[in-house]
Amino acid sequence: MSPRFPRRKPVGAMAPDVDHFSFTPENMAKAQEIIARYPEGRQASAVLPLLHLAQAQHGGWLPKAALDHVADLLGMPRIQVYEVGTFYDMFNLEPVGRIQVRVCTTTPCWLCGSDEVLRACRDVLGVEPGESTPDGRFFVREFECLGACANAPVMWIDDDYYEDLDYERAKRVLEAIARGDKPRPGPQSGRRGSMPAGGKTTLLFAEEGE
Amino acid sequence: MPKVTINGREYEVPAGITVFQACELAGIEIPHFCYHPRLNIAGNCRMCLVEVEKSPKPVASCAMPVMDGMVIRTDTPMVHKARRGVLEFLLINHPLDCPICDQGGECDLQDLTLFYGPDHSRYRENKRAVADKYLGPLISTHMTRCIHCTRCIRFLTEVAGVPELGGINRGEHMEITNYIERALTSELQGNIIDLCPVGALNSKPYEYRARTWELRKTESVDVMDAVGSAIRVDSRGNEVMRILPRLHEEVNEEWISDRTRFAYDGLKYRRLDVPMVRRAGRLEEADWREAFRAIRDRLAGVPGERVAFIIGDLACLESMVLVRELAARLECPHVDSRQLGERLSGRVRVEHLFNPTIAGIERADLCLLVGTNPRWEAPLVNARLRKAWRLSGLEVARLGCPFDLTYPVDHLGDSPTILEAIADGSHPFARRLEKAERPLLILGTGAVARPDGAAILHLAWRIAERYGLVRDDWTGYGFLHHAAARPGALELGLVPAEGGRDVAAILEGAERGEIEVVFLLGADEIDATRLDGAFLVYLGTHGDRAAPHADVILPGAAYTEKNATWVNTEGRPQRGRLAVFPPGEAREDWKILRALSEALGRTVPLDNLGQVRARMAEINPALSLVDAISPAAWEPFGSPGPVQDEPFVSPIRDFYLTNPITRASRTMQRCSREILHGEPAAEEAEVA
Repeated sequence: MSPRFPRRKPVGAMAPDVDHFSFTPENMAKAQEIIARYPEGRQASAVLPLLHLAQAQHGGWLPKAALDHVADLLGMPRIQVYEVGTFYDMFNLEPVGRIQVRVCTTTPCWLCGSDEVLRACRDVLGVEPGESTPDGRFFVREFECLGACANAPVMWIDDDYYEDLDYERAKRVLEAIARGDKPRPGPQSGRRGSMPAGGKTTLLFAEEGE
Repeated sequence: MPKVTINGREYEVPAGITVFQACELAGIEIPHFCYHPRLNIAGNCRMCLVEVEKSPKPVASCAMPVMDGMVIRTDTPMVHKARRGVLEFLLINHPLDCPICDQGGECDLQDLTLFYGPDHSRYRENKRAVADKYLGPLISTHMTRCIHCTRCIRFLTEVAGVPELGGINRGEHMEITNYIERALTSELQGNIIDLCPVGALNSKPYEYRARTWELRKTESVDVMDAVGSAIRVDSRGNEVMRILPRLHEEVNEEWISDRTRFAYDGLKYRRLDVPMVRRAGRLEEADWREAFRAIRDRLAGVPGERVAFIIGDLACLESMVLVRELAARLECPHVDSRQLGERLSGRVRVEHLFNPTIAGIERADLCLLVGTNPRWEAPLVNARLRKAWRLSGLEVARLGCPFDLTYPVDHLGDSPTILEAIADGSHPFARRLEKAERPLLILGTGAVARPDGAAILHLAWRIAERYGLVRDDWTGYGFLHHAAARPGALELGLVPAEGGRDVAAILEGAERGEIEVVFLLGADEIDATRLDGAFLVYLGTHGDRAAPHADVILPGAAYTEKNATWVNTEGRPQRGRLAVFPPGEAREDWKILRALSEALGRTVPLDNLGQVRARMAEINPALSLVDAISPAAWEPFGSPGPVQDEPFVSPIRDFYLTNPITRASRTMQRCSREILHGEPAAEEAEVA
C-alpha cells in the first residue's frame, strides 16, 4: 500500500537548521521599500514578497527563524506567518536543492504525458519527486496546476516555465541546466506561445493582408 | 425592521442580524459547529445550512444577513439532506473513538450526528490521521478528532488577545497548531476546551479521569480572584473532578480564567484535615476539644488589646461575620483584612468597590489604570477591557505595572507624581479626560498597598471630581481587588477599630510582645515568621506559609466545601454551594468559630446559617441581596498628603501561584514553571 500522504523528504545534511535569520542590509532596504508600498496599518500585506525575499536570501528555503524575522518586522503574530508559509507550496520549509524543478502533474498535464517528464527527471537527476540531488543542486517535486494547460505538460524551473514537453525535450532542458546553460524558456516544441500546435486554423485572412 | 418568513410564519427581526440569529429568535434551533455568538463569524463548518427562497443552493445561515421579505425554511427535505451530507463529510475523517473520548456525552458532533446525521457510513477508504500537538500543561490534544471549526483560533485571537493558534497547511492537510510545540501563554486558554465542539482539545488534568454522566454538578462561585466568576463544580464521590464556567453576562460572560478552572487539584494536596496543637515545639494531632482548650488556656487573662485577627484572601462572609462578633466579644480592636496593607478605609463603600461594574466597562471610552495589572489580577476584567477596546474603541492608559495587557495601552509612567499632575490638570492626559464622554479610573491594589496609599486615593477622588467621572448615569471610579475575600471584608467593616492596629502594626506588636495571641483566618500572604513571638491560631485549609508557624491549627473548609457567600469586586454578593465535604475533621469555618466562641465562654449567639446571614444583613444591608449590586453613594475618600516617587507595583508576581489553593496545586505549579519561567516541558509532545 502506498502511503496516502507522501511527505517531502528533508535533506538535513545539506543545510543545518538555523536559529538565527535576519535580512542582509541590501535585502532590508528592499524589504523596507516593499513595506512602504502598503498603506499605514496594512504592513502585513507585505508578508508574501518578504517571504520570497527571505527564501531567496536563504538558499531556497525558509527556516522558522526567517518566518519569525518577517513576522516581527511586520508586527504580525508569528503564527499568522507560519500559516502563510505553510499554505503556499512556493515556500520550502526544509532545506532543498538550489535549483527547483517543479513538474505539473495535475490532470491536463498528466493526460499529455507528465509521467514522461518525471521519468526524464529521474533519469537525468537520479532522484524521485520530493527529493533533492545528493550534491544539493537540484530539487524535484510534483506541483499542482501551474496554469499553463494549453502548453501541457509543463515544468517550472526556478523562475521559468518550460512547456510542451515530452521525455526527450525535458531531458534536453534538464541536461542543459545541469551543464550550467540557460535553455530558452517557453514551448520546447517550436511553436510560439500557445498558438495552435498544428498551425493556424483561424485568422488566416489577417495574415494575408499583412 | 425587516420582516422575514421562517417556516411559514412571519417574524419581524432587528436589522443587521443573520439568518441564524433570526431563526434563534423564532425559537428554531439550527445545528452548528463553528458559529459562536461571542466570536467572529467563520462560516466554515457548513452545518447551519437552511433553504432561502430564490437561492439556488442551501445558504450558510450563520454568515447570511437577513433581508426584508426573506422566506427561510429550516425543515425541508433539502435542508435535511444538506445537514446529513455535511455530517457525513465531517465524519469521513473523524475517528469513531467516542467510547474513549473525554468529550463523549457532551459532544456537539455526537449529539448532532444522532439527530441529523446518517445512520451508517459509506466510507471505505483510509481515514486521515493528524499528529497531536503540544499546547502546554493545561490542554491535551487529539487532533485527528478536529473538525477545523477554528473556534479555538478565533477565541485566542479575539477574546484572549494572544494569537498563538493557527491553521497551517491547506485543504485536507490543514492542521490546527501553535507550530512551535510550546505551551500557550494565555491565562484564558482553558476556555478553548469548552469551545471545542469535539474532543480535539481536552483538559489535561481531567483527561481520562471521569465521564460526564458520573459527575454531580454544583453551581457555585469562584474565589481565585475578586471577579467572582460563576462556576459549576463537577464532583464524583467526595472529589472535585473539574470546574467549568457558568453563564453570567454581567460578570464572566461564559469564560473563566485558568486559575479558576485548573487550581482544583490544590484542594487535594497539603490539606489541613485534623486539628493540631503545638506541644514541646512540635505540631501534633489533636481533637477539636483539645485544640479549643489550648486556645482557651492561652487566652485566659489576656486582655483584648493584646489579641489580633488577620483575615486572608479566600475567607467567606459567614466566617468573617463570626470573626467580627468574636473580636467584639473579646474586646479586641485589632482586626484587619487588608493583608497587603492596602490603605482602604473600609468606611466609604464607593472607595473600595468597582462602581462602574464589570459590564459597565463596555460603555467607557477612556480608561486610566493605576497600579494594577488586570491581566493577572482579574483576567476577566482584562478581557472586558479588551472587548471594549475591540468593539467600541476604548482607549486605555496606565500608571505603573508595565505588562502586555493584550491591547494597546498608553503608558504614562510609573510614578504617583504623574497622578498628582493629572489631578492638577498640568499633565497632557488631563485634556483627554476632559474630552472623554465616559472616562473610567481604575485603581488596583498596587496603588494603595503602600504608605502613601491614602493620598493616592485622595488624588483619585480629586480626579473623579474635577473631570466629571461621577454623574447620575455613570460612576467612572472603580477599585479593582485581586483577592476574593477583600471586598466582602471591607463591606463588613473588618478594619481596625478606633485605636486598633492594622496588619503591619500587628506584626510589629507581635515582635515586640505587645500582641500575645494572633488568629489567622487563612491569612498566608503575610510574613508569618514575624508572628513567632505570639501564640498563633491558624484557621484555614492548607499547610501553606503560615500554618507551620501556628501553635494551634483549626482545619477549615475550602470554597467548594461549604455553603458560603463572597462579594466580588463590584460589591455583588454571590453564594457558593457545597459540592464536596471538607476532608477529615475539617469543618465549615463559621461553625468552628461559633464553637470556639462557646469554648472561650464568649458565645456568639448565631446558631445556624440563617442567623449568620441575618446578622450579615444587619451589619450591611447590601449583603442581603444575592447577585445584586447596591450602588454606593459618592462620598469623599482618601486623605490629602504627599505622594512618594516610588513606582507602582502589582501585588501579583506569579499569576498561577496566588493563594494557598493554587500554591498546593500541581497543575498551577507546572504552569508557573513552564509558562512563566520558561522551563522545558515535563513531557515530550505526544506523537500519534
